[in-house]
Amino acid sequence: MPALPLDEAGKYVAGAYVVFFTLIVVYVAIMGAKIARIDRQLTELNELVEDE
Amino acid sequence: MIRTAATILRKDLRIELRVRESVPAMTLFTVTVYVLFHFGLDRDSLDGELASGVLWVTLLLASVIGVSRLYAAEREQGGVDGLLLAPIDRTALFLAKAGALLLFLVAVEIVAVPAFGLLLLGPGLGGALPELVVILALGNVGVAAVGALVGALAAETRARELTAPLLLLPLLVPLLISCAQATEPLLRPDQGPEDLGRWLGLLTLYDVVFVLLSVAVFDYLLED
Amino acid sequence: MYSKGLKPLAIATVLTTAGALALVFFYAPLDADQGFVQKIFYVHVPMAIVALGGFVAGGIMAIKHLRSGDPSWDLRSYVAIHQSIILGVGVLITGSIWARASWGHWWVWDEPVLVSFLVVFLLYCVYYPLRFSIEDPDRQARYSSVFAITAGAFVPLNFVAVRLAEAYTHPRVLSQTGGSLPGEMRLTFLVSLLAMGLLFVTLWKLELTSKHASAQLRRLKRRLADRRPAAVA
Repeated sequence: MPALPLDEAGKYVAGAYVVFFTLIVVYVAIMGAKIARIDRQLTELNELVEDE
Repeated sequence: MIRTAATILRKDLRIELRVRESVPAMTLFTVTVYVLFHFGLDRDSLDGELASGVLWVTLLLASVIGVSRLYAAEREQGGVDGLLLAPIDRTALFLAKAGALLLFLVAVEIVAVPAFGLLLLGPGLGGALPELVVILALGNVGVAAVGALVGALAAETRARELTAPLLLLPLLVPLLISCAQATEPLLRPDQGPEDLGRWLGLLTLYDVVFVLLSVAVFDYLLED
Repeated sequence: MYSKGLKPLAIATVLTTAGALALVFFYAPLDADQGFVQKIFYVHVPMAIVALGGFVAGGIMAIKHLRSGDPSWDLRSYVAIHQSIILGVGVLITGSIWARASWGHWWVWDEPVLVSFLVVFLLYCVYYPLRFSIEDPDRQARYSSVFAITAGAFVPLNFVAVRLAEAYTHPRVLSQTGGSLPGEMRLTFLVSLLAMGLLFVTLWKLELTSKHASAQLRRLKRRLADRRPAAVA
C-alpha cells in the first residue's frame, strides 16, 4: 500500500503517541492519588499519636 | 513414586469407567461440533488447512471439558486436602492426573478421528494415518501436561469452570499451531507430509518444556 | 526499601524519553515504503518488547518467590505483570493504529509480534481473576507465582510458534519489525527501547513503593487500633 500523505499519516502517528502518553499520564495520576491518600492518612495517624 | 502415581491413576480410571462422565461427554461434544461445523461452514467436505483446523480446534475444546472434570472427584469429597494428609509425592499426583487426561484423550480420539474422517474429511484418512497418530500422540502429551497443571491451578478459584478454559486455551496455542500445521498437508487431496520434522520438533520442545515445568511447579500448588 | 534510586531513575527516564522523541521526529529518516506512519514503530515495538520482558521478569521473580517463600518477591512479580498488562493494552492499540495506517485494516495477522502478543495478552488477563479469587493470602501468592512461571515460559515458545506459522501463511521478504534497519533508524529504535525500559523500571519501583507504604500504613493502623480502639478512624 502506498504511503499515506503526510497530513493523514500525521493523525495516525499522533494517535499512537497520544495513546502511549495518555496511558502513562493516567497511570502516574492514579499512583499520585494513592500516594496522596497514604500521606494524608499518615498525617492523621501522626496527629493521633501526638495527642496521646 | 511411580507406583503411587499408578495407584492414583488406576483409581481415576476406575471412577471414570464406573461413572462414565468425562470420556463420553468429550466424545459426544467433539462429534456434535463436527456437525455444527458442517452447518456453520456450509460444507460437505473439508480438506487441507480447513480440515486440519476444524479437527484440532474441536479436539482442544473437548479437552477443556476433560480438564474441568479432572479434579472433580477430589473437590467433591474435599479430596485434595485428604490427599495432602497422606504423605504422597505431589509429582505422583501430577503424573496420575496427566496420565488420566492422556488416556481420556486417546479414548476420545479413537472415536472422534474416524468420525471426522467419515463426516467431514474429503480425502480419506488412510494415507494420513501413521503420521497423524504420531502428531496426535505428541499433542496429547502436551495437552495432558498443561491440562493437569491448569486444572490444579483453577481448582482453588471461585469461578473454576471459567478460569480453566481461559487459562488452558491460550497456553495451547503453540501446540495448536504445531499440530495444525503438521496435519494440514496430510489432509490435502494430494496427501503427503511436509515439513513434518519442523513442526514435530516444535511440538516436542513444547511438550518437554511444559512437562518439566509442570512437574517442577506442581508441588507448590498443593503445599499447605 | 524500594524507593532507593527512584529519583535518579525518574530523571534518567524523562531525559531518555525526551531524547528518544527528538530522535524519532527530527533525526530518523522517513521510511521508503511506509512514510511518516513508520514512526509509530518507535513507540509500538519498544512497548511490546518491554511488556514481554516484564512478563518474563515476572516469571523469574515468581521463581524466586517460590524458592524463598519471601512474599516481597511475589509483590514484585505482581507489579511487573500488572504493568506489563497495561503496556499490553497500549501495544495492541498502537499496533492496531499502525495496521490501519499501513494496511488499511484495524487488525492484521501479518505481524508475528502483534499476533503473538494478542495470545499472551489474553492469557495474562486471566491473572487478575485467578489471583483475586483466591482468598487465602499465602495460597494466592503461591498460585499467582505458579501462573507467572508457566506464562513466562510460554511467552518465548508462543512467539517462536507464531513466527514460524506466519512465515508460512504470510511470507515476508522484509519484516516490518525485524530485518535490517539503517543506522539512524537503529539508533533511534535503541534509544526508544532504552527509554521504554527505564520508564517501566521507574514505574515499577514507584508502584512497589506505594504498595509497601500502604501496607505499612495498614499495619500501623492495626497496632494503634489495638492500643486505642476508640480513636482510630
